[in-house]
Amino acid sequence: MKESNIMKLEFPSKSCNEAFARSAAACFASQLDPTLDELGDIKTAVSEAVTNCIVHAYPDTIGKISMKARLFDDNSIEIKIKDWGRGIPNIEQARQPMFTTGGDERSGMGFTIMESFTDVLRISSKPGRGTTVTMKRRISVKEQNGR
Amino acid sequence: MKIDSDYKDGRLTVKLNGELDHHGARLAMSAINEHIDLNLPRDCVLDLSGLSFMDSSGIAVVLKTYKSMKELGGRTWVKNVPRQPMKVLNASGIERIVSISALVN
Repeated sequence: MKESNIMKLEFPSKSCNEAFARSAAACFASQLDPTLDELGDIKTAVSEAVTNCIVHAYPDTIGKISMKARLFDDNSIEIKIKDWGRGIPNIEQARQPMFTTGGDERSGMGFTIMESFTDVLRISSKPGRGTTVTMKRRISVKEQNGR
Repeated sequence: MKIDSDYKDGRLTVKLNGELDHHGARLAMSAINEHIDLNLPRDCVLDLSGLSFMDSSGIAVVLKTYKSMKELGGRTWVKNVPRQPMKVLNASGIERIVSISALVN
């Protein structure tokens, strides 16, 4: 599996950047000729990960978020979203559906949605140092006409 | 996030337009609660036909609306849900407590 393209973005953890991050990821993924549904899945997963950085990694401050995406020759995309914020003390607990430390404004479904909409989800975190979420998604190869 | 509302015969209909994410959810929730407090409706219908995108923040909005209406002894349901928001709602299992219907083209 060879890497065919790569991009990296950095932006502050402002909620107005959620839409930007989604669109940027979708725009980059367009090179794999995804369906609208596949693009929707990628946008949703990125939205959840970026929102986690804004709401949980940097709850009382504005910090840095980095999004790195790689395209591979098997028509897949890998997206890594990284923050240098609070960190997750118990990742397994955090991944449970409906578990949230964000009060009644949050549904606790962020990781569940990310898992449903991607093929592989990896979370690594160190309290006080930050969190990295890595998502992989295979995009279906469309049939070529003619030839 | 643009919000339209209509109140008639005890039914409050709130239409959400645009992208319902964490950034837009706070505005949506305060507008919905304002209309509920103002009208004290019997039913609340959330019309999602105007949404181009929704993430799990939208699940929280539906749940909070349901809870606010429950306090009044009222019902909530969600209608005209487009494809991508429907996928998110389905992943949450929320249809077990709030009736959800899809947007029919």
